[in-house]
Amino acid sequence: MGRSHSLLSMIQERLPWGIVEESSSRGEMTLVVAREAILEALSIAKEAGGPWMLTDLTAVDRFPAEPRFEVVYHLTCLFPPDRLRLKVQVPGLDPVVPSVAVIWPSANWAEREVYDLYGIRFSGHPDLRRILLPDDWEGHPLRKDYPLSDEPVEFRGVEPKPPAKIVPKGKAEGISANPFGSFDGRDEGAR
Amino acid sequence: MEAARETLTLNMGPQHPSTHGVLRVILEVAGETVVGCTPVIGYLHTGIEKEMEYRTYHQNINLVDRIEYLAAFHEELAYVLAVEKLLGIDVPKRAQYIRVILCELNRIASHLVWLGTSALELNVSSVYMYCFRDREEILDLFEMVSGQRMMPGYFRIGGLQWDLPDGFVERTRAFLDDFPRRIEEYETLLNDNLIWRQRYEGVAVLPKEDALSYGCTGPVLRGSGIPYDVRKAFPYSSYEDFAFDVPVGKNGDAYDRYLVRMAEMKESRRIVLQALDRLPDGPVLTNDRKVALPPRHELVRSMEAVIHHFKLVSEGIHPPKGEVYVAVESPRGEKGYYIVSDGSNRPVRVRVRAPSFYNLQALPRMVIGSLLSDVIVAIASLDIVLGDVDR
Repeated sequence: MGRSHSLLSMIQERLPWGIVEESSSRGEMTLVVAREAILEALSIAKEAGGPWMLTDLTAVDRFPAEPRFEVVYHLTCLFPPDRLRLKVQVPGLDPVVPSVAVIWPSANWAEREVYDLYGIRFSGHPDLRRILLPDDWEGHPLRKDYPLSDEPVEFRGVEPKPPAKIVPKGKAEGISANPFGSFDGRDEGAR
Repeated sequence: MEAARETLTLNMGPQHPSTHGVLRVILEVAGETVVGCTPVIGYLHTGIEKEMEYRTYHQNINLVDRIEYLAAFHEELAYVLAVEKLLGIDVPKRAQYIRVILCELNRIASHLVWLGTSALELNVSSVYMYCFRDREEILDLFEMVSGQRMMPGYFRIGGLQWDLPDGFVERTRAFLDDFPRRIEEYETLLNDNLIWRQRYEGVAVLPKEDALSYGCTGPVLRGSGIPYDVRKAFPYSSYEDFAFDVPVGKNGDAYDRYLVRMAEMKESRRIVLQALDRLPDGPVLTNDRKVALPPRHELVRSMEAVIHHFKLVSEGIHPPKGEVYVAVESPRGEKGYYIVSDGSNRPVRVRVRAPSFYNLQALPRMVIGSLLSDVIVAIASLDIVLGDVDR
C-alpha cells in the first residue's frame, strides 16, 4: 500500500459525494473529482503529511468532446515517494474552477498559466492575470480551436500559410470552418 | 508640499545581465530595503507546448532541446522516457547507461554555467573564465557524440541515435580525472573569499515549509534541507544501479544552495565514472521495428524493413491511448513531462513541468525584507533558465 492509496482512501472517506471516477494505468493512479470537491480534496492532501507537494497543475483540451477541459493536478509524496493525479472536468461553456492557490502557493502561477493559455478561470484566485502572453493578447492559444498560424513577416514575396493548412489532418476535424477570423487580425485575402 | 514618498518602484530587467535571460522584476524599495517584488515573465514564451501538438513524436525531440537549453540532454531524456512509457517499451541497458553518462556530464556543464555567472555577478571574473573553460571541454564531448554542442537531438524513442564514437570514453575519463582538482581550486577561490561568504551567507533564505509549498525542487529544495531527488525517489534509466549521495543544506540560504550544487558536481562525476566502468555491450536502440528505424544494412535485404522505415519516416509512431507523467532530475529540479495520447501520431497535449517556473515563484518570499543588492544573489542562487520558465 503506497501513500497514494492511503491518500485516496482518505479522500474517499471524507468526500464520498465528490468522486467521479478512479482509475489506474501504466502504474499511475488518477482520481477524477467533482469540481466542487477539488478544493477540499487538495486540502486533505495538504494535511495528510508525508509531505505531499503539488508538483504541477495544468489542463487538457478535449475539444470537441464535452466536458471539454480537464484541469490536472499532479501530487507527489516525497517520503516515501509516490504520485497521485487528480482531475477535474470542466464544461466548455462554463470554464470556472475553484482556485487552490490559497492552500498551495505553487498553484498561483500555474493557474495563471492555465488561464492564460486555456481561458479557464479560477474563482478565488488572488491575482488572475495573463502570465506568459502580453496583457492585450486575444484568445487562448492552447485551445484546440485556436489554430497554429504562420508569423506575418515584414517583407514582400511571402504569403503566410493560412492556419487551416497547418492544422494536421485528423486534428482539424471538428474545428469549424473559420474559427480564427475573430481574433486573427489579418486580411481575409490571405486565406 | 507633497508628502515624501516612502517607497520607490524600481524596474529591473527584462534586459539585465543578472537575470540570465529576459526576466523582469518590479521591485518596491524603501531606501535599500525591498518591500515588494513582482517577477514578470513570458518574454521568452515561444509556444513550444502548442507546437508539439502539431509535430510527430520523433520531430518533437529536437523541439524540447530548446526549453531548458543548458540541460538539453535532461530535457530529451524526460520527453523520450515519457513516450517510452506510453509505448510500454524497454530500452537496451547500454543506451540507458550512455543516457546517464551524458545527463550527468550535462549537469556538471549546467552547474558550471551557474557557478561562473553567479561569481561574475559578484565581480569574481576569474572563476567565470575557469568555469567556461571546463564547460567547453564537456561541450566538446557532446559534439563528439551528437555533432552539436548545445542542441544535441541525440536521444531517440527506444534508445540513441548511434553508439558512442571512438575515443569518447578515454576523453571523458581524462576530463573527470582532472576535474576534482579544478573544483577544489574554485572552492578555494570562493569558500575562503570573505566577500563571497558575506554576500551569500544568510541571504535569500527559503525555509523548508515555503520551499515545499511553492513547489520548489532540485538544489533549491535540497538547499532548504529536504533530500528529495527524482533520481532516488523514482529511479529512471538505471539510476538505481549507481551509488551516489544526495547533498542537502541546513539553513536554506544562498550559500547552502551553492554548497549543494558544488557537491552535486562531485556526485555527478562519481556516477559517470561508475557508468563508464560498467558500461555494458550491446545495441543502443530497441529492436522494436514499430518504434525505431531499422539499421541501414537491413534495408537492402528485407522488404519489411523498407516498409517499417517508410511508415516511421512518413507517419511516425502511434502510441496507444492514455496519459503518462514522467519526471527526471534536471540540474534545476524536477523536469516532468505529462503527455496525453489519443492513439494518433501526434500528441494531444504535452505539458512540460518546468522546475525554473516553480522555483522562480519563490523569489518574492526570498527577497522581501532584504537589501536590494541581495536580489541579484537570490536570482543567481535560484539558477533559472528563462527558456524553461517561459517555454
